[in-house]
Amino acid sequence: MTPEEEAEFRRRQKSRNWVLAGVLVFFVLLFYAITIVRM
Amino acid sequence: MTATATTQLPTDWRDFYALTKPRVMSLVIFTGLCGLLAAPGSIHPVLGFTAILCIALGAGGAATLNQWWERDLDAGMKRTAARPIPGGRMDPTNARDFGIALSAASVLIMGVAVDWLAAIILAVSILYYAVVYTIWLKPRTPQNIVIGGGAGAFPPMIGWVAVTGEITLMPVLLFAIIFTWTPPHFWALALFVQSDYAKVGIPMMPVVKGAASTRRQILLYAVLLLPLAAAPWLIGETGAIYGVAALALSALFVALCLPVAFRTAAEGDRMLPEKRLFGYSVFYLFALFAALVADAVARNHGWIA
Repeated sequence: MTPEEEAEFRRRQKSRNWVLAGVLVFFVLLFYAITIVRM
Repeated sequence: MTATATTQLPTDWRDFYALTKPRVMSLVIFTGLCGLLAAPGSIHPVLGFTAILCIALGAGGAATLNQWWERDLDAGMKRTAARPIPGGRMDPTNARDFGIALSAASVLIMGVAVDWLAAIILAVSILYYAVVYTIWLKPRTPQNIVIGGGAGAFPPMIGWVAVTGEITLMPVLLFAIIFTWTPPHFWALALFVQSDYAKVGIPMMPVVKGAASTRRQILLYAVLLLPLAAAPWLIGETGAIYGVAALALSALFVALCLPVAFRTAAEGDRMLPEKRLFGYSVFYLFALFAALVADAVARNHGWIA
């Protein structure tokens, strides 16, 4: 892998991780709200 | 850099997003939300949001599975060749797993958080689109669009059942309205868009039965749509706001179908009546469902009987 390819690899990996983290946090909050509402 | 090295890069998250067909999803969210808002009774806003989210996730999962199955066909058509899988930016297996995960999550969350009957209908709608339509009937019959219309017709029914917890005549009527609306909507587009469906062996109606037959069928479905759209009012399930809007919108739909049904387009024709009909068909569905919600709001506030 050339340095440019490696930089692109890291960039994509990082942006995917951020999106996945956002999705997980969103679902944690949603399930919390659902649990409170359905109690 | 070789092609092999390119495919080893992790797929950009935007390609996963693109697989869910976000533009189709907007109509699904709108009609699902209208079904939810027009249904008698009430639902907590958090659960209502969850129900719409699940409808959207389910539609995204079904769209993803559709593109996983049709990747070879998509590669052969100009409009779809740049999609994530035929474009070489995503491994088909990853797309399949993503589609299954989205579909399963949407059904489970809908069942646990909102209502199991709504979850079952959501599961049926995903299987209907991904298996009955995409895998089974789309490549086999020119009635594929009529059958595919069923997939788009589920969201308002799911939204309605998420509130009421039961299937009554009204959600079935909402299903029937979108089902009947789909063929004239899609065939109007098919008449003026040069598509490569014939090249990849998908039997679309204008190719198999010819433009003249397609044009007559557009009018037939529009005429059928008129009493169906007015039915919620005629059986007393909605008030006059919806009834008058449904009659006026549907009458104009039929009026715009008439010139399309009885003309023949020569080479180089600008296809203006067909383009007008297609544009109006999108407006029609939005306006009809908006009238349904406006009618429900007005009745809940006692503004109309």
